[in-house]
Amino acid sequence: MRRIIAVLLENEAGALSRVVGLFAQRNYNIETLTVAPTEDPTLSRLTLTTEGDDGKIEQITKHLNRLIEVVRVFDLTEGDHLEREIMMIKVRADGATRAEVKRTTDIFRGQIVDVNQNTYTIQLVGPSGKLAAFIDALDRNQVVEVVRSGVSGIGRGDRILSL
Amino acid sequence: MTERLSGGDMLIRALHDEGVEYIFGYPGGAALHIYDAIFRQQEIEHILVRHEQAATHMADGYARATGRPGVVLVTSGPGATNAITGIATAYMDSTPIVVISGQVPTDLIGTDAFQETDMVGISRPVVKHSFLVRAASEIPDVVKKAFYIAASGRPGPVVIDVPKDTTDPNERYEYNYPAEVSLRSYKPSSGGHVGQIRNAVRALSEARRPVIYTGGGVVQGEASAELVAVARKLGYPVTNTLMGLGAFPGDDPQFLGMLGMHGTYEANCAMHHADLIFAVGARFDDRVTNNPAKFCPEARIIHVDVDPASIAKIIDVDIPIVGHCKVVLAEILAVLETEIADTLDNADDVTAWWQRIDRWRAEHGLDHDQSERRGAGGSLLPQQVVQAVYRATGGDAYVTSDVGQHQMFAAQYYRFPEPRRWINSGGLGTMGFGFPAAMGVQFAFPDKTVVCITGEGSFMMNMQELSTCMQYSLPIKIINLNNQALGMVKQWQDMQYAGRHSQSTYRDALPDFSQMVASFGHVGIKVTTLEELNSVVPDIFGDRYRNDLVFLDAHIDPDEHVYPMSIKGGALKDMVLGKEEPT
Repeated sequence: MRRIIAVLLENEAGALSRVVGLFAQRNYNIETLTVAPTEDPTLSRLTLTTEGDDGKIEQITKHLNRLIEVVRVFDLTEGDHLEREIMMIKVRADGATRAEVKRTTDIFRGQIVDVNQNTYTIQLVGPSGKLAAFIDALDRNQVVEVVRSGVSGIGRGDRILSL
Repeated sequence: MTERLSGGDMLIRALHDEGVEYIFGYPGGAALHIYDAIFRQQEIEHILVRHEQAATHMADGYARATGRPGVVLVTSGPGATNAITGIATAYMDSTPIVVISGQVPTDLIGTDAFQETDMVGISRPVVKHSFLVRAASEIPDVVKKAFYIAASGRPGPVVIDVPKDTTDPNERYEYNYPAEVSLRSYKPSSGGHVGQIRNAVRALSEARRPVIYTGGGVVQGEASAELVAVARKLGYPVTNTLMGLGAFPGDDPQFLGMLGMHGTYEANCAMHHADLIFAVGARFDDRVTNNPAKFCPEARIIHVDVDPASIAKIIDVDIPIVGHCKVVLAEILAVLETEIADTLDNADDVTAWWQRIDRWRAEHGLDHDQSERRGAGGSLLPQQVVQAVYRATGGDAYVTSDVGQHQMFAAQYYRFPEPRRWINSGGLGTMGFGFPAAMGVQFAFPDKTVVCITGEGSFMMNMQELSTCMQYSLPIKIINLNNQALGMVKQWQDMQYAGRHSQSTYRDALPDFSQMVASFGHVGIKVTTLEELNSVVPDIFGDRYRNDLVFLDAHIDPDEHVYPMSIKGGALKDMVLGKEEPT
């Protein structure tokens, strides 16, 4: 089962490499990973998605907690949460396809953020599934380049990850 | 006014303020400022080794025997990489060592400078934590944190990588050693959950076929007295892992011996048939469980461990208790004593359980009387050598071992009366560990008998330290079970590869060990028979050689196997008991 795990860690050199190294050395898989400092500059917040059954996820969270620089670990998928990812996708848009791409973009509530004669660059925000659905809705041959941010997540309501 | 010191001087001063007696190390370019700081002080003694791997094992042996962190100092590059095996050894057995490595100057990091290696990166999977010093002024704080992290919670190795510019003797800073340390991201657990402790006590008092199974956590956690008190109160059988030997007295009738791959018949059978396993400071290692799917099929499991990640890692647990073994055992004992009557309701069941265990013990227990046995052609048996050492030392020695058959014979036949007396590389299985570890123990306890039970294969992995022993006059007693082969490899090849001894023998390429150690000024004695053995062993541990390193080269039956041995993929009860006698 896919899980989204949020981690608060000390914003120090080398801290991220310990998290990534842990996944490699324990044979856990990372699908996506995003990290940035929080409003408290001494802390970074990292969101990662991984696959595993309950036993595996329990081990992952325990081993993350064991890292000295990890302050908090939170399995967002244990409860209600919001998940967002941003994608920028460059699509061939010339001749007849130009209008078609624009229509599909509107349906997905994407924004065209860069235009030239041959291409549109579209920005789309949403859960990973929506981003994948958008790519599927396009003609594969039109897609020139895709960049995705990886998943960020936050708990709903009173589910709060802080110090 | 606070003193102003250079980074190098601050480092050594901080170690002194931390109570460090010895640094085990080897100098080199990037560490020279630090070595000069060592030269200009008297408080800490530096022990010059002959190879950095040995320095880490010495510090590890020191830590295991004393409970205090051992300290290593190496230079950058090869000095650092040579230390890795010892760091990994300490990591796997959760022992507290602090390894300080010199690093190239900060402005050269990343340029492939001479003797540069990314020590923090290369050691990352095998350390509890590591630090790269960014500025000289942070050295006291980093040292304080390193020792705190190494020794608290589940202990482990910590690396401090020190770029040469941060130890520059010409730049001085105010020195203040922090009195205490607080890390918001690291709070080791202490006492157990009160409700879980009550659940554990209830399960213990209702058990009909209980076994207490304890590991290295009881030794490391100084919880032996509490374990013995709980076990006495309950009267239940106790088994120890390889790392846990000595936590419960080895010659006590309540003790079933070691469990696991080469555990005793009675310990493994009791575990398999138990209805309650009380696991304390053990981690259900694969050398204990054999096939996890067949592990203790009828048992509920209580598991006490300071590291939450050890709980339910391999085996599902019914009553998990995260906490320090010493504290949790004391809490359990307190509940047992206030709430449980002198005679437990399950007394009849436990009596019947003991009768069953005693039958297993009588049928296939370890043969502690080898006096009538001889190996092929009347040769000496390794068990006889261990037993002779046990008798001659009265069980009072610190015993280190390397890895292989001799390690298992020592674990089976030397009955350790108290914790921290048995020092071996259980988790990583590092050949070459035993001899330097013994040196570390001897530095910690100059007046105690320190024995290294080894094999010629393991010994040759770090025998350069004979020179270090010469320099510091260390009177270690080395017992070399010489079977002229890599015995455990050979045993597996006998049992699983139809006797094809691929790369496990070197019979015609061994030195005369007695002559070799003599060239380092030590005493070498060779024995080949039981009579010779019995005549020299009391002497080795007597007054005659009190101040000498003695190397006993015991030529043993090369074909002896370690039994019992678990059957791969089976349950704990599935063991081969002898060459002719599979169960």
